[in-house]
This record gives sequence, structure tokens and C-alpha cells, in this order.
Amino acid sequence: MSSQDIPEENLPAEQEHAHVAVSVADEENPFADPGLPPHEHRIQDIDERAAKRSERVVALLFTVSMLATVGFIVSYVTIPHDKSIFVFPIGHISALNFALGLTLGTALFCIGAGAVHWARTLMSDVEVADERHPIAASPEVRAKVHADFKQGAKESAIGRRGLIRTTMFGALALVPLSGVMLLRDLGPLPGTSLRHTLWAKGKLLVNMNTNQPLRPEDVAVGSLTFAKPEGLEETDEEFQNEIAKAALMIIRLQPDNIKDKRELQWSHEGIVAFSKICTHVGCPISLYEQQTHHVLCPCHQSTFDLSDGARVIFGPAGHALPQLRIGVNDEGYLQALGDFEEPVGPAFWERG
Amino acid sequence: MSTTPNEEARSRGKAPAGERVADWADGRLGIYSLAKSNMRKIFPDHWSFMLGEVCMYSFLIIILTGVYLTLFFHPSMNEVEYHGSYVPLQGQLMSEAFSSTLHISFDVRGGLLIRQIHHWAALIFLAGMFVHMMRVFFTGAFRKPREINWLFGFLLFVLGMFTGFTGYSLPDDLLSGTGVRFTEGAILSMPIVGSYISFFLFGGEFPGHDFVARFYSIHILLLPGIMLGLMVGHLILVFYHKHTQFAGPGKSEKNVVGMPLLPVYMAKAGGFFFLVFGVIAAIAAVTQINPIWAMGPYRPDQVSTGAQPDWYMGFAEGLVRYMPGWEINFWGHTLVLGVFIPLMLFGLVLAAIALYPFIESWVTGDKSEHHILDRPRNAPTRTAFGVAWVTVYMVGLVGGGNDLIATHFNLSINDVTWFVRIFFFAGPVIAFIATKRICLGLQRRDHDKVLHGRETGIIKRLPHGEFIEVHEPLSQEQLHTLTAHHQYEPAEIGPTVDENGVERKVKTSEKLRVKLSNAYYGEDNQIPKPSVEEYKEITSGHGHH
Amino acid sequence: MKKLSARRRHPLAAVVVLLFALAATGGLYAAFAPASKAQADETSQSLTIKEGKKLYEVGCASCHGTGGQGSSDGPSLVGVGAAAVDFQVATGRMPAATSQGPQVVKKKNIYTQAQIDQLAAYIASLGAGPSVPTKQQYGPDGADIGKGGELFRTNCAQCHNFTGKGGALTKGKFAPDLTGVDPKHIYEAMQTGPQNMPSFPDTTLSEKNKKDIIAYLHAINSSETEQPGGMELGGLGPVTEGLFAWIFGLGALIAVAVWVAARTAKAKKS
Repeated sequence: MSSQDIPEENLPAEQEHAHVAVSVADEENPFADPGLPPHEHRIQDIDERAAKRSERVVALLFTVSMLATVGFIVSYVTIPHDKSIFVFPIGHISALNFALGLTLGTALFCIGAGAVHWARTLMSDVEVADERHPIAASPEVRAKVHADFKQGAKESAIGRRGLIRTTMFGALALVPLSGVMLLRDLGPLPGTSLRHTLWAKGKLLVNMNTNQPLRPEDVAVGSLTFAKPEGLEETDEEFQNEIAKAALMIIRLQPDNIKDKRELQWSHEGIVAFSKICTHVGCPISLYEQQTHHVLCPCHQSTFDLSDGARVIFGPAGHALPQLRIGVNDEGYLQALGDFEEPVGPAFWERG
Repeated sequence: MSTTPNEEARSRGKAPAGERVADWADGRLGIYSLAKSNMRKIFPDHWSFMLGEVCMYSFLIIILTGVYLTLFFHPSMNEVEYHGSYVPLQGQLMSEAFSSTLHISFDVRGGLLIRQIHHWAALIFLAGMFVHMMRVFFTGAFRKPREINWLFGFLLFVLGMFTGFTGYSLPDDLLSGTGVRFTEGAILSMPIVGSYISFFLFGGEFPGHDFVARFYSIHILLLPGIMLGLMVGHLILVFYHKHTQFAGPGKSEKNVVGMPLLPVYMAKAGGFFFLVFGVIAAIAAVTQINPIWAMGPYRPDQVSTGAQPDWYMGFAEGLVRYMPGWEINFWGHTLVLGVFIPLMLFGLVLAAIALYPFIESWVTGDKSEHHILDRPRNAPTRTAFGVAWVTVYMVGLVGGGNDLIATHFNLSINDVTWFVRIFFFAGPVIAFIATKRICLGLQRRDHDKVLHGRETGIIKRLPHGEFIEVHEPLSQEQLHTLTAHHQYEPAEIGPTVDENGVERKVKTSEKLRVKLSNAYYGEDNQIPKPSVEEYKEITSGHGHH
Repeated sequence: MKKLSARRRHPLAAVVVLLFALAATGGLYAAFAPASKAQADETSQSLTIKEGKKLYEVGCASCHGTGGQGSSDGPSLVGVGAAAVDFQVATGRMPAATSQGPQVVKKKNIYTQAQIDQLAAYIASLGAGPSVPTKQQYGPDGADIGKGGELFRTNCAQCHNFTGKGGALTKGKFAPDLTGVDPKHIYEAMQTGPQNMPSFPDTTLSEKNKKDIIAYLHAINSSETEQPGGMELGGLGPVTEGLFAWIFGLGALIAVAVWVAARTAKAKKS
């Protein structure tokens, strides 16, 4: 092996070392470990001017960091928190956030960059090998530990006094039960609450947008309206819990477009009311396509056909959207004819 | 201790202040013996060994910024009417959690910056853990004695996911609320106990009035507390085991080659903390994250399209999105497979990678310590498994973003979902086969390089007219590096007849182990590395040219 | 559609129709289409309808039928109203290309506003329908932005995203990005429900509601909207944020790590 043909890109250190290594090479094994290559100096190690330059760069970085911190404090004090500036190409942004972030970022980054540059150019870069020792203990230590343990176990007589042992394990096993018991009051038992909503016979369908009860003539074919049960107000204590079950989606179809018999029966002049809560995991499903009569869930893309009993036609939902039976009261307002006949929202074990 | 009190006092009296403080501490904490073994601890230099540091530092940044955020955040679901400085939400009803997050974002000077640093650091923390875990996996750094540390790391990743998720849910905005609703649906899908757990978690029906406060204590205390403990344990083990290193001249299973902790690593690692913090702060200065004001307060009857969780939950989101809607009703009960199977798969896929080290060590039967890292190509089956696993994970991420992929590439969301459904099964198989072939190809190339040298690209014409490419022999360093890896022999079923001639029964597990071992190390599953004899024969042959 | 037109017998609707007629004669549209002023001034309404019919026969009749009764290639336009025409033609969706994908998309409008008004007048003459809204209706004066936000999240965000960036529907259809869309067209879209979008007639989403929604949309998605935290990353939520964290966040940190761990340049061997 000759060093003459070795190309430039090989590190000089390795080149030199290879040459040396061959001369003392293990004739038997050309793959043997040649040992650590000799240390190669950096420019900073041999040229004091280069080292000085490095020092100045490090000091400059630390100085920039100090200035940036001053900048941070100045920005904090002087920039109003609601001031907006236009920064190309980011857009209209908060001047304070921008200034604080950049100054803080600079202050931190420069400390890091200075420290690393210092380490890389001025601290010793001689590679050192450290011995490893097996993790496992020596046989003597192992024997000693085992013996100690046996001695301890023997002195406690845990093996001999079975009654103590059994009762102790029993006590230790039981005591965490108190902790488990304490968790009982985290919440009430489900009971049948997942099966019921605020809807009941005679409850008017109140338009979410206008907060007025809906009349059939308000609902045009191709339109989409959301409704809540009469009497439920946004300011109510239990509004969130109730709307999470009672939210209603109202559309109007041409009665001859309704393919499902029950859907038609439960509708009023083509107006159908379905639960807005997806039967998959409960997202408010409402991406209604008025030409296809499909409604898509934005969370997991379950798709239901509202002209066919809201059956699932795509996606991970397991059953159709519950329909609310509606009619018109004496005053001509749309009303529910009862609660949903099945639980709304995601399925659960007791749903059946 | 042999010095008399007088002597000791005198020597200490003369010492500089720093030493005196150290002496004081040593007398009480024994820091010198600790420092003796650790101060000049050697760490090898490689960029990929710093991925873990990215995680550690982003975790520290998250803790620092998180503590700041707790000073202003109100973990309460009481309804309030908003009258702060963000105009488009004025007069709206919202929970105190949401309005205090608006307050942090618009009325606390620097609050938005800290919030953004916190959230960006969280995304980077999880991404860093993922990449760090893959580095450890593909280089075989999880082998003995580091299996427990692998598990610590894995637990950190999983807990990080849940810490992130609970934190993301705290502002009670429309997007995170949708995520919590999904959690409720997922819990409800659990057979028998689902509705009970859901009622206990939410203090009754969803959303109730409790989950923000409960998630808060989980997010700021319970999970980060466990994680901090695990991280300290993880670090102690890294120190104790000493870092792994790649094969190379002078590096062996018995040593570790690199730079000492003091000063080089202290400066590099310490500096790196500031670099990480600086980069994340700069990102938070120019890039908005989770603009909850644009999303609005949570209401269970409102939603936005493009409802996705943060990226680390995207894999679970994908599983749920591409699962068909299976539901079984029997005896008055419902088995919600459409949600429950993804829930199980989520755990199983994660468990697969967590338990892999134990499977591999069972197959190899190797009981020795490993401190020299594998190049991925030299462990083709492991690498192929890893790539297949990453493929499953990535298919999940793609599935989780199927709607955005559809709109941004003009595709049908149904087609994207079907593609993902098929690729969930086909993807890992293709990835496994392709990766293994690539690894074997690279092994062959290494094999040729060792025996025939490096191709120089120089074409030479010999006197008799033949053209040959000049191959340049490798240096001994290179030869050593390329041949340093250990190759296992495939296991065989031992003699089925014992020394007394009595037939013994071969256990199924043993048969399985032998099968797996052959799949790992059998013929065609690894390229035997060149032997010294081969090398000598060929190099002497070269001389005749 | 019958129901829709029935509800149009609202006093205000009559005013709007009247205003539309005036607009056709150039009274109101002067503000929007000054170029057409001179022409509009000298035409009577019947002339407008006549001109509209001519345009209709050239550009629309092949799909929607000679009398607007519809055909297998296009729906009936009887009763869709002037608002629908203004929306569809002014956003370039109509006339549509003969072969389309899953839905007709926005493109360059080939008609002048005057011509669109003529077309709209003609279609409106076929059957009563929503008329083109006035600036008074969709302008920002008197709007409640907060209420608009709540309405937007209830009625619009599920398809168009929190900030109106659009989103996916089934089988390749999509709800378009609302960035830069003329408030008038947004109003018209709500009224008429183009293509697969459901309509939000005044009976269920009042005029005031619509005004509020438009004002909210302007507040959160316009060229002046402030994104206090910095780059918006498309306003698409965690997916783009995650990608950004991986590519630029972790990417930058890995680049830094490479620098930290790299060997310092060695002195050249002399």
C-alpha cells in the first residue's frame, strides 16, 4: 500500500497514519484496529493570530448577547402591547412579540454560539479514550450481595413466620383500595343520562341564529338551519352539556326525494331534523351538501345520506344519525313530537 | 483524613474562595468522589448523539415557560363574558380558561411570546424524541446494557404525547374542545367500563365543568413530574453506561473515544441549550402557533373543518379516520369496533417498537454488552422492521391529515382515505422488503470495497489493449471500520437426541426462535463480510495485473 | 325554491327589488360599475332584460335551456334570482366549462358588470328570487363582529374553516377559501346556496346576521387582519404547524447540532 495514490479528500491525519500503520501492520490481520489516529492541530493551535481571532469572535458573540438583552428590556418598556407592524413577508404582526422574541432569541443564541465556538476552536480537541468496565458486578461482589440478602432475609424470619408474611402482603395489597374508593366521587354514574336529551313532546325548535322559534315556511329546500330546544339559553349553567346532546340540524328535502319511509313519516312537509352530533365520536357534523343530500363530518369524514335515513355511506361512524320526530303546533311553529328514540352521539357499551 | 485538623485548616485557609466552597460542599455531599468519575467523562462527538439533548433542552424550556404561564392561566370552566382587547370576541361567552388564555396572548406583555415558545417547544420536543428514538433504534443502541434506558425513553415519548394533549386542551378553544370530545367518544367506545370512565373523567356528562381543572393538574404536575423523574433516570443511565460510539480506528467495545465533559462538553452541551432556546424563541417571534382567538371558545355544537390534533397525536387521528365504521350490537350491548380497534392499534403499534429490543435479544441469544453502534445496513432485518414501523406511523399521519391533503392536492377525500386504508397494510410490507434489499445491496458494496478497493473513476488502458478501472485499496482504518461489525450465525435446533440417546421434545418457542434467527442471519439475509483469507488472496492476485 | 320566493314578500325585500331595478337603470350601480353608467342610463328595464336574454342565449342556453327551464346539463334557473346570477357569473363560475371536475370552480369573469346585470335582470324576470344585495346590506356599518363570529362558527366554519380558509367535502368537492372574496358575493352565496353549499335564507339567517358574519370574516381574514404571533402558516391549524416544527424547528436544531459536533477544520499540512 502506497501513500502516493491516496487522493486529497482523505484526511491528512489518516493518510499519514495509514502509512505508519502499514509499516507495523499486523501481517496476519489486515482488518485489525490500527488504533487512534494521531492528533492533528487546528489552525488555532499553531497560529496565535488565528486563536486571537477566535477569541474576538467569541467575545463579540457574548457582547451581542448582552446588547440583545438590553434590547429586550427596552422593547418591553417602550413598545405598547397592542401595537401592530407590517413585516414583509410575515404580515401584520404584534410589534412587541416580534421584538421580544428576536431579542431574546438573539441573546440566547449568541451565548450558545459563543460557548460552542470557544469549545471548538480554543479548547483542547485531543480525543481521549476512556476505559469501559462491565456493568455487571464481579462474581465475588455478586456472591457477597446474595449472601447479605439471604442473611437479612433470615434475620427477619420472613420465610419462617408465614403468618406475618401473609398478613403483611394482604395489608399492603388492600390499602391502595382506599385510594381507589376515593376516586368514586369524580363523577356521577352514567345512569340513563346518555339516552335522554332536552327534546320532548311539544318543545319548539328554536333557530340558533335568530333565537326565534322556526316555522315550516322559514325553512327553504336546500337551506341548512341549526336549532336548539325551546327554553335553552346560552347563559344557562348547563348549556354546554345540554347542547352537546340536543343540537339539531334542520334541512328541507322534496318529499319525493326522501328514500327512507320512517324518515318521511317523521318529517314535516319534507323538513327533517337530525341530531347534529356525529355518531362516531361526537363532532358537530354539519358539512351539508345540498345537491347530494350528504352530510360529512369534519373530524373523521363519516358521511351520512340525509335523504336515506341518514345512513352511513362512508367513514368510521357505525350507525345512522338519530332523527327527531317533528310536527307543527297550533300556532304554526315547528315542534318536537318527543325525544330522540335512540341515544345521540357516540356509541357506548350500554347503548344496545 | 490523615492530615491533622491543623494542617487541614491551614491548607483550606489558603485556598481560593471557589475551592473553599467546594470543600465545604464536599464535606457534606461528597461531591469530589462524584466529580472524580464524572468531571472528565468522555463523550463521543456525533451530531446524532445530540438529538437527545434537543429533547432535554426543549423539555426544560417547556417547564420554564410553563411555570410562567401558570401565573396567568385560570384553569376554570366558569362562564364569563369577554371584554378584553381582542375585538372580534368581545361580548362572547366563554370559559375563564379561554378568556385567561386570551389575556395572556393580548394583554400580558410577552405573554404571547412565552405561550408560543411553550407550544413550539412542545412540538419540537416530541419531534426530537421521535427522531432520537429512531436514531437509537436504527443504530442498535438499545442493546444490552441499554434496554431499560430504551424503555425510559419510550415512556418519556408516550407521556410526552399525553402531556402535550392535556396542555393543548387547556385553553378550552373550539379546536381543542373538539379533540376532547373525540377523547370522550374514544373512552365511551371501551367495552363495559367506557361510559363510567367518561363520567368519572368529566365529572358527569360531557363537557361538564371539571375537565380543564383536572387536565390542568395532570398537565402541570402529574405527568411532567413523572417525566422529570424518568428524564433524570435516563440521564443517570447515560452517564453510567457511558455513551455508545460508531466503529472506527481506536474505538472498541472496551473504550469510549471523545472529548472530556470538562471543559469541551460542558461548553458544547451547555452552549447547545442556549442555541436550542434561541432558535425556538426566534421561531416563536416570527411564527404564530395555535391562534386560539381565531378558533373561538369551545361549544359542543360548533366545529371547524380541518380539526386536527397536534402532530404527535396525528397518528392516532389517522387510525381513527381510516377505520371502517364497524359496530356490533348484541344482547343489548354495543361493541364500538370502529373506535375501539384504532384505540387498541394505537397501543399495539407503540408497544411493537417498545418491545422490539427484547425480541431481538431473544432471537440472537446474545448476552454480551454492546457499545459499538451498528450501521443500519449491517442489521438489515432490524432496519427493515424499523422502516416498516415508521411507514405505519407515517401512513397514520397522512390519514390524520387526509382532508388537507385532499384540498391541497385536488384529490378526493374518499380516494385519499382508501389509499391510506390499503397502505396501512401494503406500506409496511413494501417498506420492509425494499429496505432489506437496499441494506443487503449496501453490504455487498462494502464487501466489494474491502476486497477490491475504492472505485476511482480513472480508466486505464493496459498494454494489451484492455481497459480497466483503477481501484484504489482502502487504508487500514477504512478496512477496520468496514469489517468491525459482528455477524451472527443463524441458530439451529440443537440435537434432538440427548447424550443418552433419548429423544427430547423441541419446544415451539425454540422452533420459532430458530426460524426468526434464520430470517435475521440466514443465507441471503446478510452478506458474509470478507474474511482475511479472501482479502489476502485477492490483494495478492492484484499484484499480477 | 317556491318557499324561498314566498318569503320574499317582505316589505324590505320589495325595496331591494326596487333598488335592483334602479340599479339596472344605473342608479345604484354607478358606485360599482361607473363604466356602465352611460349605457345603463339610457336603457329601460325591458331593454335590459332583452339584452340579458341575448347574452343568455349565447352563453347559457346550451346548458340551462332556451327559456332557463334547465336541461340534463344544467339546472333550471327559474326563481334562482338575480343574486345567484351575480354570484355565479361575477366569480367566473358560470358559464362553466363543458367538462368539469367534481365542482365548478372560480375563474376569471368574462362579462362586464353591466352585462351581468342584464343577465341577472333576465333571469330575475323568469321567476322571483333573491335580488342582488346592496352595499347597505353587506357593508360593515352597524355590524356586531362578536355575534358574527358566533354565527360564523355555527354556520360556516364547519366547511370553510375557522378563518375561512376552506376545506374538503366528499368526493373531491370542497368549500372554497374565502380569502379576498367580495363581501357582496359572500352575501349572495349565503342567500342562494351555490352548488352544494346550502342556502341560508333571510328567514333563518337574518339580514343582520349576514352582515355580522361578513364583518367578522373581514376582521379575521383580510389583508389588514393582524396575526399577532407571526406567520399564519396558511391558517390551517396543527397540520401545518407540525410540518413547520419538523422541517424548520427540528431541522434548524439538527443543523445547529451538526455544527456543534463537527470537527474543527485542521491546519493544512505544509
